[in-house]
Amino acid sequence: MESISYSYPAAAPAARRAVVGVVGSGDLEVLLEPAHDGAIRIDINTSVSGRQRLWQALLDRLFAAGALPAARLEINDCGATPGVARLRIEQAFEEGGLFEDDAAPRREGAS
Amino acid sequence: MNADAPRPQRDSFIELSARQRVAALLDEGTPRELLDPFERFKSPWLPLQGIVAQADDGVVAAKGLLGGRAAVALAIDGAYQGGSMGEVGGAKIAGALELAARDNRRGVPTAAVLLLETGGVRLQEANLGLAAIAEIHAAIADLRRYQPVVGVIAGPVGCYGGMGIAAGLCSHLIMTREARLGLNGPAVIEQEAGIDEFDAGDKPFIWALTGGAQRCRAGLADSLVADDVAQVRARVLACLAEGVPPRHRSDRHGDFLARLSDMDLAAAFHSPGEAAVLGEKATRPVGVAVPGERAANSRGTAERGKETTNE
Repeated sequence: MESISYSYPAAAPAARRAVVGVVGSGDLEVLLEPAHDGAIRIDINTSVSGRQRLWQALLDRLFAAGALPAARLEINDCGATPGVARLRIEQAFEEGGLFEDDAAPRREGAS
Repeated sequence: MNADAPRPQRDSFIELSARQRVAALLDEGTPRELLDPFERFKSPWLPLQGIVAQADDGVVAAKGLLGGRAAVALAIDGAYQGGSMGEVGGAKIAGALELAARDNRRGVPTAAVLLLETGGVRLQEANLGLAAIAEIHAAIADLRRYQPVVGVIAGPVGCYGGMGIAAGLCSHLIMTREARLGLNGPAVIEQEAGIDEFDAGDKPFIWALTGGAQRCRAGLADSLVADDVAQVRARVLACLAEGVPPRHRSDRHGDFLARLSDMDLAAAFHSPGEAAVLGEKATRPVGVAVPGERAANSRGTAERGKETTNE
């Protein structure tokens, strides 16, 4: 097990909290909370050690542009592939609403 | 998917996560989660053993309304550590049940629904998990004096170990055909008793003995429902409306023991149709109605597979 952290510049705070995924084989859990410091801070706990460069590449691709809302992300990973990790992170931002003034209704339940 | 394909008739309950199951069950807009994942009440023991912990420890506890009545819904996430019960998740369930009992004593009737999806105690947390399960048992026995405690085993994990006892303590127990209920899991029985006695790879055999249909026939569960959100919810509401049973299943242990002692176990497990023997014997005194169930329990081994294979 390994814990790693990253930080990226970001836009306005995210609209709301979101939790997606599960700490089960090949999957991961993402907790998203709005932040008010203009940054995206990501704390990763992963069952697979030695893959910092892979995480870095994935997160650079998502966050380097600084266009996503400010949030704190906690990722609890159980060996998800980069594709699954990216989908889960995007899902968290989608369910967390993009920005505070985003009027999109909150999604509940399964579908 | 083909755009012209007909919409599926069922809305699967099994495929929902624990949090989604709670949201699907409680009245819309009423659930308020207790110790939600952002409180970060995680297992303190798993990271010490190099295992990544989930923020809610695999248990969702929510208070809300169920058919307009106050209720707590407690769901175990079978995808996280096999739904195993650790110190934190177990305490969340026991604590919520204890608070519900206290509400009843204070004049606020509050029922409980347990969405069980668990292999039992989390071995990495050993005695702490066992202690938590004992607290859950005590809390169910306390609460069910006032209001029904409804158990639902949907699958795919099923309900085993000490939580199998928790299921047995429930006022009403609802299962799907895909669900299983037992104490020792199949692999453990095979390891202890030998493969001649119990073949853990023989899935039709396992479902014939511990599957939802069989457990309902034997009177160890009350209702068999399809894997469908609306059916599960309707059945839970019906159980709440029925109220506290005059005699709980666990108070009828004498009947079950007598039934076991009447049974020729050697014949039951080594002749064709062992499931039939268990089921037929059990059905007579209890007379449990199993909705939608075919008269399958008199068939022999040859057809057993088809009848009980997990769908």
